Amino acid sequence: MSLTSPAAQPAAASGSRRSHAGLLQAWLPKLVLAPSVAISLLFVYGFMLWTFILSLTNSRMLPSYEFVGFGQYARLMANDRWWVASTNLVLFGGLFVAICLVLGLLLAILLDQRIRQEGALRTVYLYPMALSFIVTGVVWKWLLNPGLGVQAMVRGWGFENFRFDWITDPDMAVYTLVIAAVWQASGFVMALFLAGLRGIDDSIVKAAQLDGASLPRIYWRVVIPCLRPVVFSAVMILSHIAIKSFDLVVALTGGGPGYASDLPATFMYAHAFTRAQIGLGSASAMLMLGGVLAILIPYLYSELRNRRHG
Amino acid sequence: MPTFKTSFKKTALALATSVTASLAFASAQAAEVEVLHWWTSGGEARAANVLKELMEAEGYGWEDFAVAGGGGETAMTVLKSRAMSGNPPSAAQIKGPEIQEWGELGLLGELDEVAAAEGWDELLPGTVAEVMRHDGQYVAVPVNVHRVNWLWANPEVLEAAGVEMPTTLDELFAAGEAIREAGFIPLAHGGQAWQDATVFESVLLATGGTAFYQQALVDLDPEALGGEQMVEALTTFKRLRELMDDDMSGRDWNIATSMVIEGSAGMQLMGDWAKGEFTAAGLTAGEDYLCAAAPGTQDAFTFNIDSLAMFRVEGEEREAQHALARLVLEPTFQEAFNLAKGSIPARPDLDMSEFDSCARQSLDDFQRTAEEGGLVPSMAHGMAVRADVQGAIFDVVTNYFNSRDMAAEEAARRMVNAAQAAL
Amino acid sequence: MADPIRRRTLGARLARAVLYTVLLLAALFYLLPLAVMLITSLKPLAEITPGTLLSLPREPTLAPWAKAWGEACTGMRCEGVGVYFFNSIAIVVPAVLVSTIVGALNGYALTKWRFKGSELLFALMLFGCFIPFQVVLLPMAQTLGWLGLSSSRAGLILVHVIFGIAFTTLFFRNFYVAVPTELVSAAKLDGAGFFRIFWRILLPVSAPIVVVTVIWQFTQIWNDFLFGVAFSAHDTQPVTVALNNLVNTSTGVREYNVDMAAAMIAALPTLIVYVLAGKYFVRGLTAGSVKG
Repeated sequence: MSLTSPAAQPAAASGSRRSHAGLLQAWLPKLVLAPSVAISLLFVYGFMLWTFILSLTNSRMLPSYEFVGFGQYARLMANDRWWVASTNLVLFGGLFVAICLVLGLLLAILLDQRIRQEGALRTVYLYPMALSFIVTGVVWKWLLNPGLGVQAMVRGWGFENFRFDWITDPDMAVYTLVIAAVWQASGFVMALFLAGLRGIDDSIVKAAQLDGASLPRIYWRVVIPCLRPVVFSAVMILSHIAIKSFDLVVALTGGGPGYASDLPATFMYAHAFTRAQIGLGSASAMLMLGGVLAILIPYLYSELRNRRHG
Repeated sequence: MPTFKTSFKKTALALATSVTASLAFASAQAAEVEVLHWWTSGGEARAANVLKELMEAEGYGWEDFAVAGGGGETAMTVLKSRAMSGNPPSAAQIKGPEIQEWGELGLLGELDEVAAAEGWDELLPGTVAEVMRHDGQYVAVPVNVHRVNWLWANPEVLEAAGVEMPTTLDELFAAGEAIREAGFIPLAHGGQAWQDATVFESVLLATGGTAFYQQALVDLDPEALGGEQMVEALTTFKRLRELMDDDMSGRDWNIATSMVIEGSAGMQLMGDWAKGEFTAAGLTAGEDYLCAAAPGTQDAFTFNIDSLAMFRVEGEEREAQHALARLVLEPTFQEAFNLAKGSIPARPDLDMSEFDSCARQSLDDFQRTAEEGGLVPSMAHGMAVRADVQGAIFDVVTNYFNSRDMAAEEAARRMVNAAQAAL
Repeated sequence: MADPIRRRTLGARLARAVLYTVLLLAALFYLLPLAVMLITSLKPLAEITPGTLLSLPREPTLAPWAKAWGEACTGMRCEGVGVYFFNSIAIVVPAVLVSTIVGALNGYALTKWRFKGSELLFALMLFGCFIPFQVVLLPMAQTLGWLGLSSSRAGLILVHVIFGIAFTTLFFRNFYVAVPTELVSAAKLDGAGFFRIFWRILLPVSAPIVVVTVIWQFTQIWNDFLFGVAFSAHDTQPVTVALNNLVNTSTGVREYNVDMAAAMIAALPTLIVYVLAGKYFVRGLTAGSVKG
């Protein structure tokens, strides 16, 4: 593949340096970027286009190219399960991002108070990010299962009326996904915020302290606004995790009870791969991408613009 | 498309003949088959190992490609990926109407030569043989016949509750109440879509009978799907929920079976693969555990046939593949595999003395229902309808079963939509 | 040790106590699943009963670990997850190296050699972070088939590099944006070339972001299941796939302790990386990758 070309560049560069040095130097950055851009065009945009084309066909088990117009989209719109999955993504994604940001920021601020054993605590908060749900899925299933896990444990301690059976409740199952996802990613967000806090110039805080501002006020008015770029990075990473959440659903709820905790990623997978409806699956993938774009592009645009001016 | 397909087939045929010609030059090096399957549990794996040994005894290699998880869902994804990359395995565990879909894509290789030499037409029951053929040619070989409409029970629990093995749905509900009062979970179940559907189809068979089953779940007749009888089936199905425990969501079927084994639950409605679990736990049929047709379905047999479909391959691999197809129906393997799996052999001519009473009853019922017309394909196990329709029905069934407030009429209406939308 | 200004008053001490309590409770929440895994993996099968997830093993044993590593069966192979552990290493190491190098060069070119449209190219590449991987399974399978790389280790490495570049580029780009451009400009005036400047000026200060990127990529690729299962054959499959096969292998009595031990084995490399390099990870993030 063209991947190796960056490494191959130096030789080419030194060979023609004398005659076309200036020209080459001007082109070199572009040449270095070229393979990645090509990969992106081919494997991200090309595949997206391919998926779009498939979404216009009646592809079943394997791709076919018999076009049916926007029929698959119409079927998707009439599909109850798709609506459940989409609503769940909004609910799950919104809660997940929000809770991770709040919890991450809170933990980062608390951890920034010259805590003993900060390193150990940080590692403890951070480690879930290292594990996939392929690894932790079984344990999470246990913990959330009322007969085996937390509920049974707390009842065992003598609280007979304690209830924690969300995973068996169609209305609550999606929140168990939020719990597990927050467990996995909030420590990472904490690390991002902690890094941000450490990067803030002490003199700003000191100046505010001299003005007699209280600690919460300093954080609210001075420190948190400085963390805006961190929030940007965190939201990018978190929304990427939320949209791609797949292992999580498969490992924890399998989309159930019924299909109450289905997400678009699992919907798409189920239809494209298990149910031999590649056309419908592709249509759902396109809508998923559309949704991502609708949220991300305005956000990216405003953030990148602000940053260039600021 | 059709023209393309036929020309595709012609090339395939040409290829096949040239391949047979080149077979003459087959070298001494052992040809290999790669088999994609999800027989991963202990008993199944040991049984599949018998096939491997049979292959090796004839000088062929066996490349095992087991992908566990989700009742073969993961394995199917892998298979599609392999097929897309133009590198399919020699054989894969594919069943029911899905064999037809792969056949339509022109990816399967025919086995007529082996079938003729071995006399499959006489050997295999008509229903079974029909599933294995695409366009009149054999493309797959059956491994076993599962019966789905079974009820399993722990005799000690039944005794403690003072009830007999129920034979009708009314008896089932009555027995369930008694078992609950005795302090056990009446019905062990796992809240996964396919398990919900497995129970549902047995209930539907009991309330509506085989003719209705055929109309609704095989022919997808909208009137049957949306009619009175469907509403009745759905209502009864939902009532069963009261016999199940609260912790069932997401539970694997074999965990549910182990609840019956341990005696924390009384009964389970599940196909005869559950027997593999009882056997693995060292229990004896008829003594330590009981089996009976699902209540109200004594005159019906919902079948689920595991099979290995053969992909179009060339040269030595094809030779090995044909040997595999032949050996699958070999009595040694059929016996070993089905003893472990809980099913009955795909060829009914075998000596059944090694098998337990449940398996013998299964074979009798299979032959009886085949004659009387109670033999129907299992919808829940992908034998009746294509994957998309099956999936859409699963959605309705599992959503209705788990919903607090959906009316049976609403579910029946959705069932009609499901069958149509997926077409 | 503690904050000298506030340590004296009672209220401050109380606040401190509350602070530690909150932090420790949070730590318990994060540790719970791992603790359950570890405890279960050390129990004999008989001790695993409902409601006792957190009770310590009465007769701790390492037998489940040994079984998970070398004996546990999937299908007819009884070789545990050990073999596949090394498969994962053989896939992860090259994939991480290549994607990190490419990301570094991209980030450098995008920030220090800006040209018309370079921001647009960045945004274009960034979108690659958001494509759901399920979408690319089938086209990728076909592409790998065309390249003759299907079911091979090289194919899997290629896939990971391709879909890792978006993130590595993002990391390096955000880091290099914060590196003063003056140095680079001066070097350019002195006639230093593209790679020379990278080698001499950017690379020496890149350690923090290299750590961040390597950890991120290592974790992502090690934990990958979807690509691993779809694009590998039996003898090239990564440990996550082997783990999944093992855990989903249903048999009479499920050996949860072996399952958990196998899960721990599959998780160990990433856990160790996080524990050992966690400090540098946070430091690397501090060093600018998140400041933009």
